[in-house]
Amino acid sequence: MSDDLKTPLLDELEKGPWPSFVKDLKQMASKKPMVKDLLRQLEKSYRDKRGYWKHGGLVGIMGYGGGVIGRYTALPDEFPGVSHFHTLRVNQPSGWFYTSKALNELMDIWDAHGSGLLNVHGSTGDLVFLGTVTDELEPTFRDLTAKDWDLGGSGSDLRTPSCCVGPARCENACYDTLALTYDLTHKYQDELHRPMFNYKYKIKMSGCPNDCTAAIARSDMGIIGIWKDDIQVDQAAFAEYVDSGMDIQGSVVDKCPTGCISVEGKEIKIDNSNCVKCMHCINTLPKALRVGKERGAAVTIGAKAPIVEGALFGSVMIPFMKMDNFEDMHDLIERIWEFWDEHGKNRERIGECVERIGLATFIEGIGLDPVPQMVKQPRDNPYIFYEEYYEEES
Amino acid sequence: MGFEFNGKFYETDDDGYLTNLDDWNQEVANYIAQQEGIEMTESHWEVVNFLRDYYSEYKIAPMIKILIKEMKKMFGPEKGNNAYLYQLYPAGPALQACKIAGLPKPTGCV
Repeated sequence: MSDDLKTPLLDELEKGPWPSFVKDLKQMASKKPMVKDLLRQLEKSYRDKRGYWKHGGLVGIMGYGGGVIGRYTALPDEFPGVSHFHTLRVNQPSGWFYTSKALNELMDIWDAHGSGLLNVHGSTGDLVFLGTVTDELEPTFRDLTAKDWDLGGSGSDLRTPSCCVGPARCENACYDTLALTYDLTHKYQDELHRPMFNYKYKIKMSGCPNDCTAAIARSDMGIIGIWKDDIQVDQAAFAEYVDSGMDIQGSVVDKCPTGCISVEGKEIKIDNSNCVKCMHCINTLPKALRVGKERGAAVTIGAKAPIVEGALFGSVMIPFMKMDNFEDMHDLIERIWEFWDEHGKNRERIGECVERIGLATFIEGIGLDPVPQMVKQPRDNPYIFYEEYYEEES
Repeated sequence: MGFEFNGKFYETDDDGYLTNLDDWNQEVANYIAQQEGIEMTESHWEVVNFLRDYYSEYKIAPMIKILIKEMKKMFGPEKGNNAYLYQLYPAGPALQACKIAGLPKPTGCV
């Protein structure tokens, strides 16, 4: 293996004012030979327009079924440095709050045992350690746990629960996303580390409908903060926005998806019964408007990316639930898992399972009553007869 | 790939799973277990025997949830759970127990 590194295609990605992962990799390559081979393989991939990673592999930590993703190059003779290049998922703290001491600890561990490359953070939520050899997996894990870190989920298990910054830094948070994430992570350790589901199950927690974790699109179970009463209005602060010359009509009133906002003089009026909680007015006028006082969370089920079946958005299962304690949430999660376990097929996400067997069967199975919020679109076929109709007939 | 044991050559795949289902016997299972650092006890055999029975009936290794459910049915809840299975087979019941049971490598996205 020669020491020179020629990567004309990758070098293109270093041009321009934006940050470049190539720059990062090259920096690390001077220290870690495996990263040099990583760059070489990537260059070849760019040239040949195909990937050279083999899929999956049988690696893990003793006692855990998840948390390590096996990566092997398909060209070990050409790129021996990445003949193993396994990924470890490290369970992140709620809301991704680290002290600099904690980050230093993690970097030291990964410098000692792996490529030194981090992905902070992956779309799973975890902090990701990129690239090490099989023999270093157990030592890495030992050092992580010695500092009270743990691995996250992978494979057919509960993926590491993940949340937005929530009430720690955001005035819109309708419940304590950080506390719920912490609670679920601890309560479901077995499900997180030892895969036994049909497929993955992701729970994401967002404090308000801005949905900073994209729970509606990227989690099998999204727990999204919401309020039940009226948007809080500070009319004096609103008048200041008007006086500042802001285009209230164009940037707020006209943009309300249900047209439930009107302005009279310097006063804003909101028809809360028609509000769909899109957050636009609150985001645009943060000093004048705030989320309501009666707060809780809505639960959506079934979002996923297109792998086995096409992509799905989450559907509302529970339009509002109080979040004073988390026992109702545990109860709901366990009922869903039990149902999915009973009726789901191998490699079938909960959203696909619900589509296949039908929403009505699903909500009956987990003991939920139908509510209008579950309706996707109004019925356009009038020839539907309910059970009550037949009872009257007979 | 493969290994020699008691004067006979056993063919395996890259990860050490027996290629021929019929090559399997108790001695070879013990040998593979030993290589995995596992001493086979009666509890270990319960899992391996179930896997073999299931495979001979359905020609596929059971999903973990089915393994757990059936273990629960046969031996009660203290043996029908994932933590117990990981105690017996620390690298995971699907991977390690299947290898010892002489079944093909379970597929799926890990």
